[in-house]
Amino acid sequence: MDIGDAGKPDAGRRRDFAPWNDPAARALVRFKGVTKRFSGITAVDDVSLDIHTREFFALLGPSGCGKTTLLRLLAGFETPDAGRILLDGEDLADMPPHRRPVNMMFQSYALFPHLSVAGNVAFGLKQEGLVREEISARVAEMLALVRLDGMGSRKPYQLSGGQRQRVALARALVKRPKVFLLDEPLAALDKKLRQDTQFELMELQEKLDVTFVIVTHDQEEAMTVADRIAVMDHGRLVQVATPPEIYEQPNSRWVAQFVGDVNLIEGRVVASTPGEMLIEAKAGGRLKVASVSGLSAGDAVCIALRPEKLRIEPVKAGSRGGDNSFEGKVWDIGYLGDVSIYKVRLDNGLVMQAAVANMTRMVERPIGWNDRVTLTFAPQAGVVLTR
Amino acid sequence: MREAMQGKGISGGRLAIAIPYLWLLAFFLAPFLIVLRISLSQSVIAQPPYSPVFEIVAGWEGLKAFVAALSFENYATLFSDSLYVSSYLKSLEVAVVATAMLLALGFPIAYAMAQAPRRLQAVLVVLVILPFWTAFLIRIYAWINILQREGLLNEMLLALGLVREPLAWLATDTAIYIGVVYSYLPFMVLPIYASLEKIDHNLLEAAADLGCPHWKAFWLVTLPLALPGVAAGALLCFIPIMGEFVIPDLLGGSQSLMIGQTLWTEFFGNKDWPIASAVAVVLLMLLVVPIAIYQHMQTRDPRAGSA
Ligand SMILES: Nc1ncnc2c1ncn2[C@@H]1O[C@H](COP(=O)(O)OP(=O)(O)OP(=O)(O)O)[C@@H](O)[C@H]1O
Ligand SMILES: [Mg+2]
Repeated sequence: MDIGDAGKPDAGRRRDFAPWNDPAARALVRFKGVTKRFSGITAVDDVSLDIHTREFFALLGPSGCGKTTLLRLLAGFETPDAGRILLDGEDLADMPPHRRPVNMMFQSYALFPHLSVAGNVAFGLKQEGLVREEISARVAEMLALVRLDGMGSRKPYQLSGGQRQRVALARALVKRPKVFLLDEPLAALDKKLRQDTQFELMELQEKLDVTFVIVTHDQEEAMTVADRIAVMDHGRLVQVATPPEIYEQPNSRWVAQFVGDVNLIEGRVVASTPGEMLIEAKAGGRLKVASVSGLSAGDAVCIALRPEKLRIEPVKAGSRGGDNSFEGKVWDIGYLGDVSIYKVRLDNGLVMQAAVANMTRMVERPIGWNDRVTLTFAPQAGVVLTR
Repeated sequence: MREAMQGKGISGGRLAIAIPYLWLLAFFLAPFLIVLRISLSQSVIAQPPYSPVFEIVAGWEGLKAFVAALSFENYATLFSDSLYVSSYLKSLEVAVVATAMLLALGFPIAYAMAQAPRRLQAVLVVLVILPFWTAFLIRIYAWINILQREGLLNEMLLALGLVREPLAWLATDTAIYIGVVYSYLPFMVLPIYASLEKIDHNLLEAAADLGCPHWKAFWLVTLPLALPGVAAGALLCFIPIMGEFVIPDLLGGSQSLMIGQTLWTEFFGNKDWPIASAVAVVLLMLLVVPIAIYQHMQTRDPRAGSA
């Protein structure tokens, strides 16, 4: 039963899990053109979104972009101004929150202070009118699952932050909801505990076969736990895709910049062949990238390059850089332990970041401040953005 | 100065802690002991109107004679004379019924206040305490005006055709209840409002989320969390109503007296200080019971005291 010992989730089972690519699959949750306005501001703006059964879905976005509001619309605490929300094909419009087969874990946990841990976890089951034996059996099982056995009689104020978070988790999950909503569940935990808990959440989700929708503004957290991520900005969905797609193929400058570090190079298409595309950077220099359909010479584009996809080398005397090769001077070095970030001021004026895994010790590093370096990248590394 | 105090083992911090104890000693324990001592004396026509009187010049022998002269006779009288017993029962009845009425009236008011929009709440709180701007006695006299035979209440009832001839309101128990409930309502409303207002709205959403309809969440979440406020309000009303004198004296009839009135009569009418003191001591003992219950509730759940 102990989820801590089980290690990382079994990736094999989930490798082929992609119901969103299956046109025949029926979504569990469907948002159809949902809009929610609060006196003047549009918190959720025309959102259409499908979430599938057993999916671990993340809503990612900056503060105030409407993530919590979207969750509360699904839980029934807010009513949409326009659009419909379907759960299992059923319109939720006339269903009050207490009748929805959806449970939410609140950002503040919202534990009942006058009830014990067991009382909190049993609260929802009592509302279902179950017999006492079943309630206590399910409470005990759930408390064991979140590693709170033996704490059933404590009051919430006698628990640590991490333990409270587990009670909130248990209280919602014991209801066996169709959809489990988590509003920034780990925001109050320290980094180490947060990472452990992320894996435990994935374990729990596998074990209980429940659909999870998690809200977060931490992109690493979303990447770690989610099958798919919806990136939100100003109430709109900007991109909905798997973590690798979001990272490797962001659909706009905004997503590329929000999810991870990126170098953006503005330019114009010079020539496009079926295999490769030649781009003239605004600041000067030419880039070769894998070609994208629908673009022709003269179109304005932006090339996104992840720092770890750049190669950085000391300039070798005599070597003449071709395409995808830029010379510059090291302007700053950030040492992060596992990687070092080199900020390089190119001769054309642009500042680029390159990340290098620290496979040798710092003292042996051949590149230092103010060294002249060459940055190169493969044509497949650059992502062409038009938005 | 500071060093001198530390030299004697009394730091500033300890002095600060000692202040409430000194206060209680000077203004509660000392007067109580005086009253207790008078309650054990006999009434005499003299100055002071009780005996024995202890004189320090009489020395050790005098003290022995003094102690020997004290007796519990007055307490025996209290329990044998039905006047006192019925006064206590009357006070208890008024206090219990009025506190129940105050709860029934005060809780909905406090609840409505807590539900009101934030900005309105401050205004409502001011409205609740507004009567205190007028002297208590004047407000009770105003009630005499309203409740008398040709008063506002009867005029209104007659005008509405609800009664054919004026009713007797003044000098009845009804008048006492009207006066008490009117006067003590803020003491019930404010503590309950304070505890209701503190309840995190997320808790009610969590209850709904877990399948609990709105009306049920009131019983399972709101009420338990408001209980400390309810207890404080009930205590704040019950205790002073038990000893209430002015309201029953001005609005009530003379057929049955509350203990406060009996005490006043013994003290100022009959000039029987010892029996009046005994009445006061027994009243105090009776009031210790609800306070002890409240204390017990607080120690059982330390957070309940935060209300
Ligand atoms: N009850 C409300 N009344 C008025 N405005 C609201 C209300 N709830 C949310 N908003 C506004 O709607 C917008 C979206 O809020 P929301 O709480 O959904 O953001 P969020 O993405 O969850 O942000 P965070 O990451 O900071 O929690 C914000 O601008 C917020 O001020
Ligand atoms: Mg939020």
